[in-house]
Amino acid sequence: MAEVLVVVEASQAAGVKKVTLEMLTIARSLGSVSAVVLGGDGAAAELAAKLGEYGAEKIYAGEGDEVDGYLVAPKATAVAELVRRVQPAAVLLASTQEGKEIAGRLAVKLDNGLLTDAVEVAEDGTATQVVFAGSTIVKSKVTRGLPIVTIRPNSVTPVPSAATPSVERLTIQATDADKLTRVVERVAEQKGSRPELTEASIVVSGGRGVGNADNFKLVEEMADLLGGAVGASRAAVDSGYYPHQFQVGQTGKTVSPQLYVALGISGAIQHRAGMQTSKTIVAVNKDAEAPIFELADFGVVGDLFKVVPQANEEIRKRK
Amino acid sequence: MNIVVLVKQVPDSGAERTLSAGDNTVERGSANNVINEMDEYAIEEALKIKEAHGGEVTVLTMGPERASESIRKALSMGPDKAVHIQDGALHGSCAVATSKVLAAALGTLSADLIICGAESTDGRVQVLPHMLAERLGIAALTGARKLTVDGDTLTAERQTDEGYEIVTGSTPAVVSVWDTINEPRYPSFKGIMAAKKKPVQTLALADLGVSAEEVGFPGATSTVVEFAKRPPRSAGTKITDDGTGGEQLVQFLVSEKFV
Repeated sequence: MAEVLVVVEASQAAGVKKVTLEMLTIARSLGSVSAVVLGGDGAAAELAAKLGEYGAEKIYAGEGDEVDGYLVAPKATAVAELVRRVQPAAVLLASTQEGKEIAGRLAVKLDNGLLTDAVEVAEDGTATQVVFAGSTIVKSKVTRGLPIVTIRPNSVTPVPSAATPSVERLTIQATDADKLTRVVERVAEQKGSRPELTEASIVVSGGRGVGNADNFKLVEEMADLLGGAVGASRAAVDSGYYPHQFQVGQTGKTVSPQLYVALGISGAIQHRAGMQTSKTIVAVNKDAEAPIFELADFGVVGDLFKVVPQANEEIRKRK
Repeated sequence: MNIVVLVKQVPDSGAERTLSAGDNTVERGSANNVINEMDEYAIEEALKIKEAHGGEVTVLTMGPERASESIRKALSMGPDKAVHIQDGALHGSCAVATSKVLAAALGTLSADLIICGAESTDGRVQVLPHMLAERLGIAALTGARKLTVDGDTLTAERQTDEGYEIVTGSTPAVVSVWDTINEPRYPSFKGIMAAKKKPVQTLALADLGVSAEEVGFPGATSTVVEFAKRPPRSAGTKITDDGTGGEQLVQFLVSEKFV
C-alpha cells in the first residue's frame, strides 16, 4: 500500500493536536500512514506514542533550529524533499495558518495542486469542502500531481488503531531563501486549561449582549462547567470585551463543535459564517427576532444575566 | 519605501454567495462585489508606513474588468497608483497559477514591501503570501497583528492559535495582515475625487510573459467536480424565559447528553 504523509501539528501545551489525530484517521483509509514531525529537538520522541496509537506506521523526524527557528519555509522544503523521495499517495496537512502555508509552498515547489479546508477525503483523493459560510458543499480534486489536502479541525472523530512506528531521521537542508524569516520568540497567551477553540467539542461564545469585559466571566464559567472553549463575536471583540484570537466568524475562526452556545449574539452573517456547521446550536438572546434563533436547536428569549447564572447553577447541581 | 498592496475583489460576504452552475467558479457576475475586507487593513498599513518612512504605494489587482471599481475604491483611501492584471484567459485560475501571475507582475514593480490581507473572504485559502515568497525568493512575515519597520528590518507579531510569534526579516518581503493590525481610514471626499485621476496601468498576460496555457482552466492544478447548496438549518425549540429559562436550557443539554 502506498504511503500517505501526515504533517503533524502539535502545540507545546497540548502535544499532538486533535486535528492531527483526525488526519491520521483519514489517512488510514488512503494508505499506509507516515507521520512527519517537524519541530525542535526531541519533538518526535515526545509525540511518537500518541502518533502510534492512531496508526502511524512510520515517523519521519526533522528536528532542530534549522527547521524550527524559521517561519514555515524549511518545513515545506523538508516535505517536498520527502515527497520526491517516497512518492506518497497523498499529503495531508492541518487547515491551520501554518498547515496551509506549508501546503502553499509545497504546491509551488512541486507545481502541484492543493485543496484547503477539507472535511472529508475519499479514496480517490476527492475532497469535500464546506464553503461560503457553511452554505455550500463542494467536491474538488487535484488534477496535477498528488492530492495535497489540508484538513479542517473537527471534521471527523479520531479513531485509535495501534501501530508501532519506526522512526527515520530527516536531514534538513534549508536553503538560504528558507531562512529569510526568523522566529525570534513564541508566546503562549492561551488562558487556563481550556481546549483550543477550533478543536473544542463544545464552544460557549459571548456577543455584544454580554455588555463588558468583566461580564465575560459568565461565559467563561459556562464554558468551564461544560469543558468547552470560549469564543466571542466580532462585536464583542471590537468592543474590547475579549481578545481577538477567540473571535468566531467570517473574519476569525471557523468552528464546528458538537455544541455551540451563543450568548448575547444576534447572529449576523459575519458570525454565522464561523459557526453554522456546528452540530447542535443553543442561543440565549433578549431579542426574539435575532437571526441566531433561525439556526438554534434550542433558543431562550430572555435576559442572559438571569438565564446563564441559573443554567450554570443547574449544571453544577447535576455534576 | 516602494510598497505594493495586493487587493482582491470578492463577492460581498454579507450577501448570498454561490458558484456558477456553468463552470463551478465563484459567481461574480451577479454578485455585489467589494474589496476583500482584510485588504483594507493592508492598504491602511501601507499608507501608515509611507507616511512614516516616505515612498510610494501601488495597488495590484488581478481580476476581470469590473474589478476596476474596487481599484478606484482602494485608490480613494490614498495609494498613489494601481496596476490591474486583466485577461480573459485568467478566468478559472487556481491559487498556484494566480501566484505565478502575481509574482510575474511583482517582478516588474520592484517592491521593497508587498502587503496583503491574511485571507480573502471568498476562498479563505491563506496560501498566497507564502506562494509569492516562494516564487520570488523573499521573506514572508504572515498573519501579522503588528508590524514594525526599522530601516530594512521588519518585525511582526504573528497571531497563532496559542498566542503570537515574533518574527523578523529584511526587505524585500511579503507581509500579510489580520484585521487586528489597525483601523482602516474612510476615503475622504477629496480622496474619492483624487482617485479618479490616479494612474491605473492595465497589464495582460502577454505583458507578463505568462502563456494562456499556464493559467485559467487549461493551467488549473485542481478542479471543482460538483457543488450543492447545503440544506439550511431549521429552527428548533424557542422558549421565552419565564424564570426557568436557564433550567430548561440545561434540560435540553442533558437530553442531548452534553451535561
